[in-house]
Amino acid sequence: MQAFSYVSAKSVSEASAILAQEGDNAKVLSGGTDIIVQLREGRRSAHVVVDVKAIPELNELSYDAAAGLTIGAAVPMHRIYGDAKLAALYPGLMDSATLIGGTAIQGRATLGGNVCTASPAGDALPTLIALNARCVVASANGTREIAIENFFAGPGRTVLQKGDLLVAFKLPAPQPNSGAAYLRFIPRNEMDIAVVSAGVSVQLSADKSTFIAARIALGAVAPTPLFVPEAGAALIGQPVGAVAVNAAAEIAKAAARPISDMRGSAEQRKHLSAVMTKRTLEIAIERARA
Amino acid sequence: MSRKISVSATINGQENEFLCEPRQSLLEVLRDVLNLTGAKEGCNNGNCGACSVLLDGVLVNSCLVLGVEAQGRSITTVEGLAGDELHPLQRQFLENAALQCGICTPGFLVASKALLEKNPNPTEHEVRYFLAGNLCRCTGYDKIVKAVMAAAEEMRAKA
Ligand SMILES: Cc1cc2nc3c(=O)[nH]c(=O)nc-3n(C[C@H](O)[C@H](O)[C@H](O)COP(=O)(O)OP(=O)(O)OC[C@H]3O[C@@H](n4cnc5c(N)ncnc54)[C@H](O)[C@@H]3O)c2cc1C
Ligand code: FES
Ligand code: FES
Repeated sequence: MQAFSYVSAKSVSEASAILAQEGDNAKVLSGGTDIIVQLREGRRSAHVVVDVKAIPELNELSYDAAAGLTIGAAVPMHRIYGDAKLAALYPGLMDSATLIGGTAIQGRATLGGNVCTASPAGDALPTLIALNARCVVASANGTREIAIENFFAGPGRTVLQKGDLLVAFKLPAPQPNSGAAYLRFIPRNEMDIAVVSAGVSVQLSADKSTFIAARIALGAVAPTPLFVPEAGAALIGQPVGAVAVNAAAEIAKAAARPISDMRGSAEQRKHLSAVMTKRTLEIAIERARA
Repeated sequence: MSRKISVSATINGQENEFLCEPRQSLLEVLRDVLNLTGAKEGCNNGNCGACSVLLDGVLVNSCLVLGVEAQGRSITTVEGLAGDELHPLQRQFLENAALQCGICTPGFLVASKALLEKNPNPTEHEVRYFLAGNLCRCTGYDKIVKAVMAAAEEMRAKA
């Protein structure tokens, strides 16, 4: 592997100072499951690698019924799904965390890394959009929040600027009678990259008969994860059932603008966009009713 | 830039200090610096699990960890499994013929140890799911799964 120096940053300000000074010559190291491979294969280069796992704010994992959930950008998947309370509150997030790689990848891979890698097929991304996550970003000028659906600029690109560090995600506390789910379509049972994926959340009325809110996002059908607000909006006020679900699935399909590649054709991805939206909505509804 | 850094870590229960370059993976450090050649390099990109080790008790691929990240941490490799006698997993792998060429075996043993620590009574499905990141080109997996189930049973009986 190419030579670089290594810093384990102890604070947000230390990390962002190095990132501001070194710019593209510095690379953040979180769980390393993307960046170490990229550095080794020469797809990325670095003079300095900044390990962010020892920064307290990036390791926070805390829930509060009023403030919701804070997940530090460097919290690995196994900590997320290892927390029984969170698993009950955010089943959609657990769908994603347990899907990313195998057990050993989940021991290291972080949510911040998945988001900053910005693969259109990243398995946490549609879920975070469905769950209305906000990204806390720090720089020398202070911190700001960015809605997750506005975080992606293209395949492998985010809106982060020189000197920016992703610190944490903030997820609102789940509403009553709500549910969320994530599914990906892959040609085998395990360990593959999504051909198409969908992340959805729904909130039902107190008698669970009517949709009162919904968010729907697709993966791998556009240069970035694709938020389809009109598909969620179409559910609002509708009776819970196949008619409304199918209508939302058709809207999601219409919004998808996939390419053909070795994983699947554009036509297959279009078709799957509706199928995956429908299947995830059915799971989310079941969870909202439970 | 490629200056060596001094790292102290606990490896298989023993305090250790070693020198490594930041670009060296933990796998390279284990094999080339510390002469612990149990962990194997299959793919060097996270896909095969032959390099599996425990880092503070958590299963990781050592090819995707930098050696310098081991500072202050505790690492268990396959060399740390046996005491005076083989670990039940090691013995059951032998008794069930769960290896042929053996390249994947250290990774499967370490990963299976991580599984049984978390879940002493796994179903066959849970074993297969947990070990999905470990590849074997020889055995067809059935004997590996059988060996893990047998070791789990043996360890439960002793517990
Ligand atoms: C075998 C294998 C299987 C995989 N399977 C899947 C899968 O099923 N689904 C999936 O979605 N992905 C998968 N991946 C990809 C990868 O594991 C995930 O994208 C993972 O979430 C990346 O997280 P990380 O912490 O390892 O990121 P890192 O490699 O540490 O970082 C990724 C990128 O984000 C940047 N970065 C990280 N943290 C920050 C921060 N706080 N601020 C600014 N920039 C930051 C890094 O500089 C780097 O460019 C797989 C990878 C491997 C090797
Ligand atoms: S060598 Fe590390 S996973 Fe294959
Ligand atoms: S025994 Fe040869 S790869 Fe598993």
